Amino acid sequence: MAWQFDPDRPIYKQLRERILLKIVSGAYGAGAQLPTVRDLAEEAAVNPNTLQKALSELERDGLVHAQRTSGRFVTGDKALIKQAKNDLAKEQIDLFLKKMAAIGYNRQDAVVLIQTIEEAKPK
Amino acid sequence: MTILNSTGLTKVFGQTIALNKVDLAIEAGRVIGLLGPNGSGKTTFLKLCNGLLTPTGGSVKIADMSPGVQTKAIVSFLPEDNYFSDWMKVRDMVSFFADFYADFDAAKAAEMLKALNIEPSAHIKSLSKGTKEKVQLILVMARKARLYLLDEPIGGVDPAVRDYILRTIISNYNPEASVIISTHLIADVEQVLDEVIFLKEGEIALHEDVDKIREEKGTSVDQLFREVFKC
Repeated sequence: MAWQFDPDRPIYKQLRERILLKIVSGAYGAGAQLPTVRDLAEEAAVNPNTLQKALSELERDGLVHAQRTSGRFVTGDKALIKQAKNDLAKEQIDLFLKKMAAIGYNRQDAVVLIQTIEEAKPK
Repeated sequence: MTILNSTGLTKVFGQTIALNKVDLAIEAGRVIGLLGPNGSGKTTFLKLCNGLLTPTGGSVKIADMSPGVQTKAIVSFLPEDNYFSDWMKVRDMVSFFADFYADFDAAKAAEMLKALNIEPSAHIKSLSKGTKEKVQLILVMARKARLYLLDEPIGGVDPAVRDYILRTIISNYNPEASVIISTHLIADVEQVLDEVIFLKEGEIALHEDVDKIREEKGTSVDQLFREVFKC
C-alpha cells in the first residue's frame, strides 16, 4: 500500500516525518538497521531520490547514520531519540493550541478544559 | 551526465507548430513527468527523440548522438499506439524483443508477465485492450535501457495495475538511467517524479523539481497544472 501525502507540502519532508515517527515509536529501534533506500522507496511508492533526501535530513540531525558497507542505522543515542520525540509532541501541542485559539480558547482555558474532560471520564 | 539534450527543437506540420524551439537538458538518474493538455506536443517530442519524426528546426541528442540505430539500442520507447501483429503470441513478442535488443532481460519479462497473470502462450488477438498495453509496457520495462520514454503508460489500465507499473519504475531505478513519462494522470505519478515539464502549445511553460514546486508554491503539481491550464 503506497503512503499518502498532503498535497501542499514537499514529499521529502513528509517522508522524513514518517520515518522519524517509526524511530521515536520504536518501530525502528535504537541502533537498528534501516531498510535499503530501494526497499523503502518501493514500500512508500516514492521516487528513490526523494527518499534519499529525507534520509539525508535525518542523517544531518544525527538520528540516522550511514555505514559505508552495511547500510543505514538508527542512532544508538537514546537521549537524542527522546529529544526528537519531545519535539514531535511539542509540534502537535502547538498545532492543537493554535486550533483552540481559533475557536476562542486561550492556552490556559484550553488546559483547564482538557483537565475537566479527563476528570469527567468514568474511571 | 546529460542523457538527453535538445536545442531549438521545432516541428511544424503544415500550418501547425507542434513544437516550438524547445531547449531541454535531462540528467541521468531522474524520473521526469512530461505534462500538458492534448495537442501540447508531448507525443511529437517523444517521437522526435526516437527518430520517428525529423525536426523542422533545431536538434535533439541522446547521449550526444542524433536519433538513429545507436540511440535505439539505449532508448526504450513505449508508444501510445499498439503495434503488435494479431497473429503473434505473447511469447513471440518476447522472443522478438530478445532478438532485437541486446539489453532485453527475458527472465524479467517472464517474471512481470507472471505477476500480471498474462499467459505467454496467449494470442495477441485474444487479449483485451488493457492487457495488450500491459504486455507492451512489460517488454519496454524489461530492457536495461539508459532512457525510457513512456507515452501515456498508465492511461488504459486499472488502478491496481497502475500501482504495479509505478512500483516497477521505482524498483528499476538506476542512477545511470532516466525515465520520461508523459501522462494526464498527474496525481497518480506525482510522488514517483523528480521533476516535471509542462508543455503548453508546443513550448516549455515550466521545468521544475516536484518538491521545489510544493515548497515554493504550497501546492501539488496536480493543482498547479489545473491552475496553469485552466479552461
